[in-house]
Amino acid sequence: MAVYKRAYKPYTGSLTPTWSRFLILPRYAFRTVFRSKILTGYFVLCFVPFIVSLAIIYLYNNPIARTLIGMREDQNFPFSIGGRFFYYLLRIQAGMAFLLNIWVGPTLVSPDLVNNALPLYLSRPFSRTEYVIGKMSVLFMLLGGITLIPDLLLYGIQATLAGGGWFMSHLDLAGAIVASSLIWIALMSLLSLAMSAWVKWRIAASGLLFGFFVVTAGFGAIFNEVVRTYWGKVLNIDYVFSVIWQDLFNVSTVTGISRRWVGTFREQDVPVGIAWLVLAALCSAALFMLNKRLRAREVVRG
Amino acid sequence: MSSRPVIELDNFQIDLGGRPILKRLTCALHGRCIGLLGPNGAGKSTLINALLGFHAPSFGTARLFGRDIRAEINVLRHRIGYMPESDSFIAEMTGVQFVRYMAELAGLPARQALERAHEAFFYVGLGEARYRRVGTYSLGMKQMAKLAQAIAHGPRLLFLDEPTNGLDPPGRNRMLRLIREIRDTEGMHIVLSSHLLRDVEECCDEVFILKDGRVAGQTNLEAERAANRKFLELEVSGQASSLPEAFQSLGCECALFGNTRLKLVLPDAVEIRELYAIAAQRGTQIRKMTYRRDSLEDIFLTAMEANGGEAGSLHRAGSPRSNGGRNGRL
Repeated sequence: MAVYKRAYKPYTGSLTPTWSRFLILPRYAFRTVFRSKILTGYFVLCFVPFIVSLAIIYLYNNPIARTLIGMREDQNFPFSIGGRFFYYLLRIQAGMAFLLNIWVGPTLVSPDLVNNALPLYLSRPFSRTEYVIGKMSVLFMLLGGITLIPDLLLYGIQATLAGGGWFMSHLDLAGAIVASSLIWIALMSLLSLAMSAWVKWRIAASGLLFGFFVVTAGFGAIFNEVVRTYWGKVLNIDYVFSVIWQDLFNVSTVTGISRRWVGTFREQDVPVGIAWLVLAALCSAALFMLNKRLRAREVVRG
Repeated sequence: MSSRPVIELDNFQIDLGGRPILKRLTCALHGRCIGLLGPNGAGKSTLINALLGFHAPSFGTARLFGRDIRAEINVLRHRIGYMPESDSFIAEMTGVQFVRYMAELAGLPARQALERAHEAFFYVGLGEARYRRVGTYSLGMKQMAKLAQAIAHGPRLLFLDEPTNGLDPPGRNRMLRLIREIRDTEGMHIVLSSHLLRDVEECCDEVFILKDGRVAGQTNLEAERAANRKFLELEVSGQASSLPEAFQSLGCECALFGNTRLKLVLPDAVEIRELYAIAAQRGTQIRKMTYRRDSLEDIFLTAMEANGGEAGSLHRAGSPRSNGGRNGRL
């Protein structure tokens, strides 16, 4: 079907591997995402914690550099680089990435639903699962790019600068970074896609996602006050994540108490097992919503 | 027509929302361009959606090119192009980006997809608008963009759901011309669902008529045309009053309508050039000659009547309802 011929000709050339087709979605999505200068600027801003942490790690491992900034040679660094450091770093990065998620997430699915583009995707050799994976991969790349990847880089740099001893004593930390980041990104992506699929309107989806975190946390706090319990905390997604992350990083916060599985939890703390169940329930709900909404054709019952 | 059916349905049933929409359809369609006809709610779009794999059959089987749609839908989708009835696009993309994106999703490598996206846009006549955002296109342009995305990956079977919806007469003519061109490509098949009988009549060689989710009729238009090829309608310039008598002397049955229109039945022994010769001898010119055949409207109405109902909301675009009888009656 050359332009000059202007005649229809079926395609007989090679085809791309089926498994790789979901990657087409992020390639096109990034063009749209980074068209916004504000968003690009914010994305760059999300690397500030990484830069600061990099400087801290450098200072931590370099006594000469510490003296250059006025610290005494025999003075201990105010904190050590370990689980707690990476835990708090991830908390900060996750907060920034959350805003990025509520900005970008709804732009991925809503336009396709509003413009009724799903039949076009799904009439091709491209399944709903591939569609969801493709859209999620956009968020995985974006959110992972400002959480998982920088944190692993920092871990690698720290391991290199501190030597084999630190690396051997913090082997589990790499796993904690990977697991914490991935479960957080997975849930954020799923919720973001599910809500935008549900409400279809991009702005409303962003608002709903933001509201979901704030309103459920507020509702949980009210529930705790009224019923005089602490189980309302399970509605606070941020808290649920902090419980899981503290367990994974093997740290406890100032107010926290070491949490273990259901049998050994103390008063005021939601057990880690319950926190995992909450996440599993949220993921299931998001998948249910996506399954209901992402169809080539809606079927009206009755 | 090819010997292997393009579409085979065997007791094919689709239930949606707890109701049967397509009821035990059985047929084998061979046409290069298959017209899907039926009143609103007959199940035309549901059938297309089911053949695309959007709805799982509750009962029976459907085969495209001999392959079961349940078992081999992904293989089949490589060979299928689909132009939906309603607006379907990605508004913020430019036309060429949109079509390239869709071609890539169909499995074309990025470079080939871009090349074919440009070609498809030129082919449908939107070459100049290909760098505009699809969201800014007019309704007619969106229809053409939908056709472009349906053909960019070079399918063998094209599902067109109401392709002329919202098109002005020139746009409609262009769309029908493109459909005919695509139809005439070797190895290509089209399923055309339309309310407009004339669209189907102009493009299709086989029609499949649905009513209330059941098969109401299936007709090979090509065979119909061949069987009725000796019924002619003539339009002449000059004095035509002496022509009927002259044609009748050849053995034709002939009737004059107004001063310039004649309808006649041609006996086997008479050649069309003899008609031209007679007209020339009498100082008249044959300006237009049409094979009169059993019109699609007749076929459709017969199918509807046979199934005990009304024809619904089908339209014969651009012309009043046919006043001709069945099988080329004069």
